[in-house]
Amino acid sequence: MLSVHLILFLAFGAVAVAGAINLLAQTHPINSALSLIAVMAALAGEYLLLGAEFLAAVQVIVYAGAIMVLFVFTIMLLNAGVEERTKGSRVAIIFGIPGVLIGSVLLGWVMLRHSGTEAVAAGALPGAPGVIGQLLFHEFLLPFEITSILILIAIMGAVVLASKPPTTSVGPATLTAEQKVNT
Amino acid sequence: MVPLSYYLALSGILFACGVVGFLIKRNIITIFMSIELMLNGVNLSFVAFAAHWHALAGQVFVFFVMVVAAAEAAVGLAIIIAVYRTRETLNVDQVNLLKL
Amino acid sequence: MPIWLYILASVIKSAIVLVVLLTAVAYTVWLERKVVGHMQNRWGPTRVGPFGLLQPLADGAKFLFKEDLTPPHVYKPLYIAAPLIAVIFALTSISMIPFGNSVTIAGYSIPLQITDVNTGLLVILGMTSIGVYGVALAGWSSNNKYSLLGGLRASAQMVSYEISLGLSLVGVLIMAGSFSLRDIVNSQGGHFWGFIPRWNIFTGQFIGFFCYLMAAYAETNRIPFDLPEAETELVAGYHTEYSAMKFAMFFMAEYANMITVACLATLLFFGGWNGPLFGPAILQAILPVFWFGAKIFAFLFLYIWVRGTLPRFRYDQLMAFGWKFLLPLSLVNVIATAIAVAW
Repeated sequence: MLSVHLILFLAFGAVAVAGAINLLAQTHPINSALSLIAVMAALAGEYLLLGAEFLAAVQVIVYAGAIMVLFVFTIMLLNAGVEERTKGSRVAIIFGIPGVLIGSVLLGWVMLRHSGTEAVAAGALPGAPGVIGQLLFHEFLLPFEITSILILIAIMGAVVLASKPPTTSVGPATLTAEQKVNT
Repeated sequence: MVPLSYYLALSGILFACGVVGFLIKRNIITIFMSIELMLNGVNLSFVAFAAHWHALAGQVFVFFVMVVAAAEAAVGLAIIIAVYRTRETLNVDQVNLLKL
Repeated sequence: MPIWLYILASVIKSAIVLVVLLTAVAYTVWLERKVVGHMQNRWGPTRVGPFGLLQPLADGAKFLFKEDLTPPHVYKPLYIAAPLIAVIFALTSISMIPFGNSVTIAGYSIPLQITDVNTGLLVILGMTSIGVYGVALAGWSSNNKYSLLGGLRASAQMVSYEISLGLSLVGVLIMAGSFSLRDIVNSQGGHFWGFIPRWNIFTGQFIGFFCYLMAAYAETNRIPFDLPEAETELVAGYHTEYSAMKFAMFFMAEYANMITVACLATLLFFGGWNGPLFGPAILQAILPVFWFGAKIFAFLFLYIWVRGTLPRFRYDQLMAFGWKFLLPLSLVNVIATAIAVAW
């Protein structure tokens, strides 16, 4: 029976699957990035349907608004172009399209085999920020602090890896007299 | 009322697309984006199960997955920039020798 | 309230808000030209209508009739989509903003807000985050090195200052206890000692207000943070290759963002529509909206005043300010507010 919940679920799901398939089908990475943003926005809609409103907002702010900006930034910076058709990529397409179909159908069939009895109501989760905050700071305090340290390490790593390599420094013992005067 | 298996099927389809994208794409940035797609599929199944069993830990775990994905994206893109500086290419097939 | 009436009321509210917002955008341009003109000891627009009040109409007609040029080697889909993205997400933020208390029409009480989402503040932050794409994609798709540099710089700047923006709002959230904008305003009602209003800026959020203002000026790419679109540095930055209607859309998006920032500042720090109420009941229903409008006008004037007075930051100074000064300051504000509330 067709409830508004089912229609909205199918609409967001169709957008997500279309975005995922478009990510595979496009050759230019910027189009793949934009399809991925569409997938993330559709998933934020799905989270809203399940009642996780804080999570939906965080998905848009963090995933679609920060991580994907980073991807788009890198594509712009490195001037990534269209993928070339090499022998490897042709083999990949020959095995890839049946691979997507078989993988999706298999996983979908396995999941749907037990369908019918259990149903999830719309807005089933108490997704208010206060509730999640309570959990984050009481039961999940240790993972929270560890992930903070993880982010700190990631920031330092990214800054070091992406910075320009230092100019080769010659030790003081090997400087000639002229270099000593000039440096 | 949407059956739980519909949510899991959607999550499975997204995950399958991510896996195939990881295997068939040649551009390193697109491979990275397939990894993010896989993580998103998994997030959806976490939230669906949390709604089904009224276990709020599922939502909180999605936070941690997002944080780890963000950290991984930052470091991974920095590595891609470093590799591009030396190899001048973004095609994984051409980054196949240890020495330039 | 029956569902059809609810939908009808929402549609009418959306139409009114949209018309008022677009008119406000046009007249903010007029206000800026007049105010900056007087600060520079000249008149500003005076020819078209009394005090140049019909100047926005003339500008609109000019934009409609200008030639819409598409340079040959741009990446067409994104070139056309980028200004659309910028405008759509700039205009969507207004739907969360409450303008006043409820009005009672024919027995139904209709709140003066298009929707009251209980995570309204987060949705506005999300719209700001997605607005970055308009700038970045415009810069990249224009196939022009100045646009690319301007786009990269602008998106890096906006992403960096989003963090301070979010953190400066956390102080307000701790004090109000809710993400819903209406609840935040309602928690600022009442007075201290009978005459000082209980606005958030007087109850300890002064540093938060300062951080919010700086971060918002950087988010909307206004002076002193407008290097990405400065004419003397980068030709015109990310909107170099745009003409006529698409350029007008970027313009509209910038001014709509300014108005959203002004609305948020009044709602979060200055008590929203709380103000002295007097007179008969019909006046008491209209007066909150008037106070809200007056406060927004004050903030827009502040924006324009700062534009006419300060020079712009160099890019490395800008990024250093955002990461090394504003972010620690916002964190200190959050910690201090949390300690103050916990005791």
